[in-house]
Amino acid sequence: MSEVDKDGVDGGRRHFLLVATTVTGIAGAAMTAVPFLASWKPSARAQALGAPVEQDISKLESGSMVKVNWRGQAIFIVRRSPEMMKQLEDPTLAERLRDPKSEQSDQPKYAQNEVRSLKPEYLVLVGVCTHLGCAPMSRFQPADAELGADWPGGFYCPCHGSKFDLAGRVFKDVPAPLNLKVPPYRFITDGVVQIGVDAEVA
Amino acid sequence: MSATMPEKGKMGQLVDWIDARFPLTRTWKEHVSEYYAPKNFNFWYYFGSLALVVLVLQIVTGIFLTMNYKPSAADAFASVEYIMRDVEWGWLIRYMHSTGASAFFIVVYLHMFRGLMYGSYKNPRELVWIFGMLIYLCLMAEAFFGYLLPWGNMSYWGAQVIVSLFGAIPGIGESLVEWIRGDYYISDITLNRFFALHVIALPLALVFLVIAHILALHEVGSNNPDGVEIKKLKGPDGHPVDGIPFHPYYTVKDLVGFVVFAMVFALVLFFAPEMGGYFLEHANFDPANPLQTPEHIAPVWYFTPFYAILRAVPNKLMGVALMGAAVVLFVFLPWLDRSKVKSVRYRGWLWRGFLGAFAVSFIALGYLGLKPATPEYTLAARFFAVVYFAFFLLMPWYTRIDQTKPVPERVTYHAH
Repeated sequence: MSEVDKDGVDGGRRHFLLVATTVTGIAGAAMTAVPFLASWKPSARAQALGAPVEQDISKLESGSMVKVNWRGQAIFIVRRSPEMMKQLEDPTLAERLRDPKSEQSDQPKYAQNEVRSLKPEYLVLVGVCTHLGCAPMSRFQPADAELGADWPGGFYCPCHGSKFDLAGRVFKDVPAPLNLKVPPYRFITDGVVQIGVDAEVA
Repeated sequence: MSATMPEKGKMGQLVDWIDARFPLTRTWKEHVSEYYAPKNFNFWYYFGSLALVVLVLQIVTGIFLTMNYKPSAADAFASVEYIMRDVEWGWLIRYMHSTGASAFFIVVYLHMFRGLMYGSYKNPRELVWIFGMLIYLCLMAEAFFGYLLPWGNMSYWGAQVIVSLFGAIPGIGESLVEWIRGDYYISDITLNRFFALHVIALPLALVFLVIAHILALHEVGSNNPDGVEIKKLKGPDGHPVDGIPFHPYYTVKDLVGFVVFAMVFALVLFFAPEMGGYFLEHANFDPANPLQTPEHIAPVWYFTPFYAILRAVPNKLMGVALMGAAVVLFVFLPWLDRSKVKSVRYRGWLWRGFLGAFAVSFIALGYLGLKPATPEYTLAARFFAVVYFAFFLLMPWYTRIDQTKPVPERVTYHAH
């Protein structure tokens, strides 16, 4: 360290001070950057507005749907009737779907099943078409006049004609590539669903 | 100094006073009146100075637009309508700004193509080229942020699509998207920060980079259509024999270029400011609506070559990566090109073929990016994307074996 040259300059000491000053300076600059970068995160107000929403579904009639706004998106909650469930069990249906087992699609683990839900009776979906983000419409009646005799009931996107079944699974030969997204959700009680918080499933 | 020139007027005395305190005359001489540029500049050399003109136009019109524009989701769309209808000459200032955005890219693309043709990125101008590419990146960001500000429905969904591209990055993608938006969807918060970036952060970076671009250029000297280094042959006065002072020779030439450009610009400005939906997209005349997508989402024309590459790839992450690569590869041109010859004039048919194919594929991709992604169009986009990347990736090979012609000692120049 102490190599003093003929001019009385200790090169090792200078080098050490240079490195120490540089490192301290960089560390200080990095720490100063933190508040600026963190200020870009969703603010307290945005978080409050984007907080989980609760919906009482105990009075939702069998076979009907309610829409909830969560983070600027429409969330569809459908209480599927026994007839609707029967449609989903139709063995020929899976052949007409692009991703019947939801392997490519986006949903929480607990909704990656045939009926794409936590409780089979209740379907919770993000009401945004996976094609270009239009809003699909509910067409729950089978054999719809417009959608043909083999229509099993489901969702229809009026923008580009994408079709989804009663579990939000996309049909083949439509522009949408994936099944409708399932948001994180959980049941607080039997009659109240909360959107935005994952259910705790082992 | 004044001893040798006793008859200095008041103006001369003022200049002397300044020169003793600030390098005014020295800077003027170094960068303008005694900056020796090759005497054989042709038509393609207009676009550098025109880019500077458009930059000034965008800054001036932009400042005036901010005086009436309100960067909030509630007011933005209406404030643009207000500028268009109620502010005196507001429509003109806004159309100058929106037409200027497209003009900027036209001029810059031609300027970049000039660089490709004459090898202006090659040693010793690598840094001129890299600063130029950074300007181009800033310009793309600037255009993207600016496009959200009118808060039209295409603004909204365009931003939605582009921001969600970052979601393709594995692991951090989703939180990165949230960080960029500052919210869980494109909202007032996003608009407000894009405004800040558009009006202060990026313009500052752009101006700084333009200065660096010009300083680097003046350090090494301008290239020319022959790709001959004029500094190799200097006259007894110490100036290159094939060089002429930038002022008055090129200031006057560029002035002519500016007049012609201004005529074309005015034609678009007054008769076709929307350019049939290419400069201002029709879906943007509807206010932003998070629940209703436009029929067909397409970016503005200057981004469509890259958008076509993005859509041509069936895998989202690969598509985003290739789109990024399509832009970033330009930076590596100085090292990908192994040819000893700069200008296309003295290169062989291999280079000419690849350069031509690249230009065609860039335009074709630009066209395809505007069209819906039908299977035929997607197939065509894949073909042209392969050509696009072949130009860069095969460059070390074909530039080495290309049959070049001997480069002359001096520039070719025919007096008019």
